[in-house]
Amino acid sequence: MSNLIANGKVVDDEWTLVKLPPPPDEKVRKQAGKVVLFKLTGENTHTNSQIESVEIPPEGKVLLPLPLWTLKKQELSNRVSKGEIGVWLETHELVESLSCSISDINKLPVIGVHVERFADGRIFTIGNLLRSRYGFKNELRAFGDVLRDQLYFLKRCGFDSYLIRNDRSAADALASLNDFSEPYQGAVDITQPVWRRIDRQG
Amino acid sequence: MYKYDAIDQKIVNQRVAQYRDQTRRYLAGELSDDEFRPLRLQNGLYIQRHAPMLRIAIPYGMLSSKQLRKLAEISKRFDKGYGHFSTRQNLQLNWPKLEDTPDILSELATVEMHAIQTSGNCIRNITTDQFAGVAPDEIIDPRAIAEIIRQWSTFHPEFALLPRKFKIAVSGTINDRAIVQAHDIGLEFYKDNSNKTAIRVWVGGGLGRTPILGTVIREHLEWQNVLTYCEAIIRVYNLHGRRDNAYKARIKILVKALGIEEFRSQVESEWQHIKDSPNTISESELLRVSKYFDEMPYENLQDSCEAFENSFNNNPAFSAWVKRCVHPHKKSGYRAVTLSLKPHGKAPGDATSEQMSVVADLSDKYSFGEIRVSHEQNLILADVKLSDLFPLWEQARAVGLATPNIGLLTDIICCPGGDFCSLANAKSIPIAEAIQIQFDNLDYLYDIGDIELNISGCMNACGHHHVGHIGILGVDKDGSEWYQVTIGGKQGNDASIGTVIGPSFSAEEMPGVVSRIIDVYIKEREQDELFIETVRRIGIAPFKNHVYAKETTNV
Ligand code: SF4
Repeated sequence: MSNLIANGKVVDDEWTLVKLPPPPDEKVRKQAGKVVLFKLTGENTHTNSQIESVEIPPEGKVLLPLPLWTLKKQELSNRVSKGEIGVWLETHELVESLSCSISDINKLPVIGVHVERFADGRIFTIGNLLRSRYGFKNELRAFGDVLRDQLYFLKRCGFDSYLIRNDRSAADALASLNDFSEPYQGAVDITQPVWRRIDRQG
Repeated sequence: MYKYDAIDQKIVNQRVAQYRDQTRRYLAGELSDDEFRPLRLQNGLYIQRHAPMLRIAIPYGMLSSKQLRKLAEISKRFDKGYGHFSTRQNLQLNWPKLEDTPDILSELATVEMHAIQTSGNCIRNITTDQFAGVAPDEIIDPRAIAEIIRQWSTFHPEFALLPRKFKIAVSGTINDRAIVQAHDIGLEFYKDNSNKTAIRVWVGGGLGRTPILGTVIREHLEWQNVLTYCEAIIRVYNLHGRRDNAYKARIKILVKALGIEEFRSQVESEWQHIKDSPNTISESELLRVSKYFDEMPYENLQDSCEAFENSFNNNPAFSAWVKRCVHPHKKSGYRAVTLSLKPHGKAPGDATSEQMSVVADLSDKYSFGEIRVSHEQNLILADVKLSDLFPLWEQARAVGLATPNIGLLTDIICCPGGDFCSLANAKSIPIAEAIQIQFDNLDYLYDIGDIELNISGCMNACGHHHVGHIGILGVDKDGSEWYQVTIGGKQGNDASIGTVIGPSFSAEEMPGVVSRIIDVYIKEREQDELFIETVRRIGIAPFKNHVYAKETTNV
């Protein structure tokens, strides 16, 4: 059973997710006595040879990590035209790295953003930038630690598909897309703030 | 004050429903502790030492009598019959049951109140001057913009999970009373050369572990652009704030690391993209919200009143109260009144349910049914007629709300500390109480004059100890409670951060330490010099010498 929500319903996932291997020397890092849970924006985690070693499934729709895409995009141009290549980024990666890597971002049928931890709100800004700054029009997917209580915010920041964490029910999560009906501020989905949408003078 | 329309009401109602379901899922084991934490925090619910603590939002400190009556009822029904007004102008309940919190929120929603974003890593309650709209030194009443910011920040989707909490203060007066320089963003309103409302934007101030005063990021911002400019600032922060280390996650650390020039240029370039986006405030929206803050229907009154003057001249207790607790008003014949929540020997900022209902009644009778909460943790009736001051005083006094100590040493600003807060290193309330008892002599207090003493139970600095003229901070040494003392901090336009005077003290020593600091001031002051002025003139050395010298001779 798929755990993907798109266009407001649970649907099958056509995309094969390709991941980078965990960096071999990943140590537990500490700051002020606490384990570091978040990577800094712009931080590099893998060497080129680690990235090179990742196999890309030769057929079908594949969702590639940004560093792998950047490295192999030349050889993938055919598959890009066939609409078989999507790219995903981590919340600590820069949206600019993706936008610079392709002449027309809308050649990608899907962009994914992986959120390692629920509390990482960078995903919201990333979604917003992809939609409003870089004009991305196709499927924008959140995956990773995606739980129902982020959905409303993700939706407002331009995401339209959500791969709910696999121990939770996507069907249950659907309800949270509509936690609020009339938001105050303009954002990606509803661009106008409430005072431009509705006459509140009454 | 602002009144909800159907849209506002629907949002808080939907929030109650959402939170009720989140609580249900948590209690049913569908949400782990870790997963529930950010959700409950964004609804003001902490898990504390003894019980959860619920922080209720009081936007920019404004309450109606109806709301305060509801708070009285809630604190009686769901808590132990009292509440704590905090330095963020909010109300905290110390003993609610987790299972009851959805019901408390739904009660609050019936009077246009909520606990949205009173905690957690998001944009918090907007704070301002408790005398907004009535202060004689006010240039612009900032409350309409504060309300617009409140609405914009409520469930702002992009900023729902920031690296750390984010506090915004607004001020529209000549003398800053909102400590704009100690906030993540401080918005200072003024009239520019063409007599238009403009905003000076401060960024990167904050107390806590690393106290830093803010820096001006933009000297002149048109009010229409305040939301988009804040979006640019917070967007840069959301992407680049230090999520790897909670102690370095506030925006002040980012601003410091990048330097204000670089930070400014990132913000400005971000802003160029969104400058004229739909969140630009329209004239008509400002007008709509401003109507709620129109001037009260004041009577035309003389600025004198015979009955008042008689009582003032013949009743020393009343005149003492007038001198400390009554403040100037822009309207002739009116005054603002502070009801002290600092009776000597009681927890600063606490009010009982009974006191809350009395204040609600008093506000209906004497002050257009409105109350404000100050960040100094007192309650204010902003529009009282001169002729009503005496009866008001008598009724306030009957319920212990007329201690004539506003601005004096015993008007202590104090966080809940180790008695309640699980983050505390040390208790703070008993220290405040002991100092109040030590100085329970009004004549001496008047002689000492205006002074601010702030106490925080830990580095988080909820008691704003860095900007207290005397600041006391609870520290942990080998598992026991100690207190570090700073002097020379100050809020206001010429804000400063206090300097630590030396090694910390035990709880028993604290009242004596404060006495010795005051002794030095009394000895050294020139004419009418205030404590803070003396400190600034002579430096901390004489205080330090006396405090520690005494100690050694005692041993
Ligand atoms: S300063 Fe520390 S002890 Fe006091 S309320 Fe804040 S977190 Fe708790």
